[in-house]
Amino acid sequence: MSTQKSTKVEVKNLTKIFGKHINKARELSRQGKDKTEILKETGATIGVDQASFKIYDGEIFVIMGLSGSGKSTLVRMINRLIEPTEGEVLIDGENLMKIDKKELREVRRKKMSMVFQNFGLLPNRTVLENTEYGLEIQGVDKTTREQKANEALETVGITGYNDEYPDQLSGGMQQRVGLARALANDPEILLMDEAFSALDPLNRTDMQDQLLDIQERLHKTIIFISHDLNEALKIGDRIMIMKDAKVIQTGTPEDILTHPANEYVEEFIENVDRSKVLTAGNVMIRPTIVNIEKAGPRLALKMMKDTEVSTAYVVDSRRNLLGIVDANDVIKLVRDKNGDLTSIVQTKVPTTSEDTPISDLMDDISQTGIPFAVINDKKQLLGIIVRGAVLGALAGNEVSDFE
Amino acid sequence: MILNSLILGSIPQLPLAHWIDNFVDWLVQFTGFFNAITNFIGSINNAFQWVFDLIPIWLFIVLVLALTFYVNRDKQNWGLLIFELLGLLMIWNLDFWRDMTQTLTLVLTSSLIALVIGIPLGILMAKSHTAEIILKPILDFMQTMPAFVYLIPAVALFGIGMVPGIVASVIFAMPPTVRMTNMGIREVPNELIEAADSFGSTEWQKLFKVELPLAKTSLMAGVNQSMMLSLSMVVIASMIGAMGLGTKVYFAVGRNDAGNGFAAGLAIVILAIILDRLTQSLTRSHRK
Repeated sequence: MSTQKSTKVEVKNLTKIFGKHINKARELSRQGKDKTEILKETGATIGVDQASFKIYDGEIFVIMGLSGSGKSTLVRMINRLIEPTEGEVLIDGENLMKIDKKELREVRRKKMSMVFQNFGLLPNRTVLENTEYGLEIQGVDKTTREQKANEALETVGITGYNDEYPDQLSGGMQQRVGLARALANDPEILLMDEAFSALDPLNRTDMQDQLLDIQERLHKTIIFISHDLNEALKIGDRIMIMKDAKVIQTGTPEDILTHPANEYVEEFIENVDRSKVLTAGNVMIRPTIVNIEKAGPRLALKMMKDTEVSTAYVVDSRRNLLGIVDANDVIKLVRDKNGDLTSIVQTKVPTTSEDTPISDLMDDISQTGIPFAVINDKKQLLGIIVRGAVLGALAGNEVSDFE
Repeated sequence: MILNSLILGSIPQLPLAHWIDNFVDWLVQFTGFFNAITNFIGSINNAFQWVFDLIPIWLFIVLVLALTFYVNRDKQNWGLLIFELLGLLMIWNLDFWRDMTQTLTLVLTSSLIALVIGIPLGILMAKSHTAEIILKPILDFMQTMPAFVYLIPAVALFGIGMVPGIVASVIFAMPPTVRMTNMGIREVPNELIEAADSFGSTEWQKLFKVELPLAKTSLMAGVNQSMMLSLSMVVIASMIGAMGLGTKVYFAVGRNDAGNGFAAGLAIVILAIILDRLTQSLTRSHRK
């Protein structure tokens, strides 16, 4: 996070009001009246209300909200399928609102492509012809566009279906074609409007994984619309939550989970399957650490008594994990007047890395008696995972005793 | 009673008929313009007729059967082929062949003109709300006005013969093409329009690559209806000298000759069924 990211898309004050009496509706909106009141008074519907945010180059930015929250309107204003009432969209610093039709067409052809909820495939064209569409209208010659379309189809993992028609394919396959069509143009920005919402759960998970896979290779800037928080948390680098045409909160999945901006977001995240989002790093707690180069059995025993634990984690001066010692063994050493802990260190300790999702650890946590040690690449001990903290985190309590 | 006559008596009768006469008279002065149209339509008509006269009857029948076979290539309809063979042979046998080709010429010419004018109008109507508001009542008028009425100004402007018959048929038969084109384009799912736009299509690209192909079924249904309507005009058109099977029916009516009237009528039915089935088959998409 420390590296400075460049802004790809900047949205400033973007507003869309549908219907008549737009000025009056805007006035009322400025006075702080909400969507329903304004609709009642003027008959105008606020689609999006002064949304401002930045999207960084190469990130997956998820715009999240329930139906009617304005997320689909918002994404359509980014490529001007819907003309904003006011506000600006800057792409690489270029103001999209100031360009004419022809320039807009160029931007749509070269810079961004869209993937649709119901796939938006042309039923009278084959898979290959659909994938070629974007290139065809740019006047790219047949051989080149066929080659590029085939590459795109390969990227999304559909080969051998070139001559089939969309209605001969399953939903998941159709959306892969939709994605391939968007990728064939080699755009910098992908707009994905509820792209996986029409798919069944298994297909949806597959597509999410595949999107992450593709993103790993291609590094597009992806703006993804979703009403499914689990999806948002899974694929989003950052998430923006919308409600009633307004932006409520923008942040990383962790931010949203750990610091919900208001009650609405809190309610929203209550139903999330946290095990997929929370990582070992989120739930680890501070262990009792014994530095074997400094401490003998007596000090170790005192520390364990103070923290009321029966196991201590043994490290060296560089904090590298060596193993654990059991309180009973330490007591024995003290009785025997033996000053060296080395003989009783148990080196068999289960370890994991900081960014492992808890869902991957669940089974092992419930089976082993010894808490997992969380270590980094240099084998330095960062913390440990105890059953209680995991359950607490899944139940929605913040893990606070670490910092 | 008294009240009634008072009210009617106090309002002078609208000189509506007089106005329309004046309008038609006024139009007649543009003789050059209408002559040009007459020549143009006449030459299309003559071209069709020339081709039909050139083809030997047996070859014509073979061509119709081959065309039917071709448009139904994925699912053969043998019953239709047999019907066409017997039907055409019967028309030949009854000595209605030339009348049938004249009728066919009238139908094809007026359908062609209806398409060339109707499809662009339909597109305009789908694209522009204003155009829709203006065109809708005009189309209703064109379709509900009794077709006989068109004959009167048609004769005044285009004289007697095939051309005024074709003009009256075009006016009567065009509305379905316009309407169905409009409907077909409007029914293209919004997401597909958005898809076309989002990839940077121009308006023309969107029209030709997305809207028209997707409206094809509806559009062809309109063409089919237009063709059937213009076929229904052939008897009426015969009253102002458009030759063909209609003339046979018209004369039979005058002579109270039920036998010949039905025979010619049957020939029209056979032609109608063949044209209907052919255009309907064209509507279906053919996939490998």
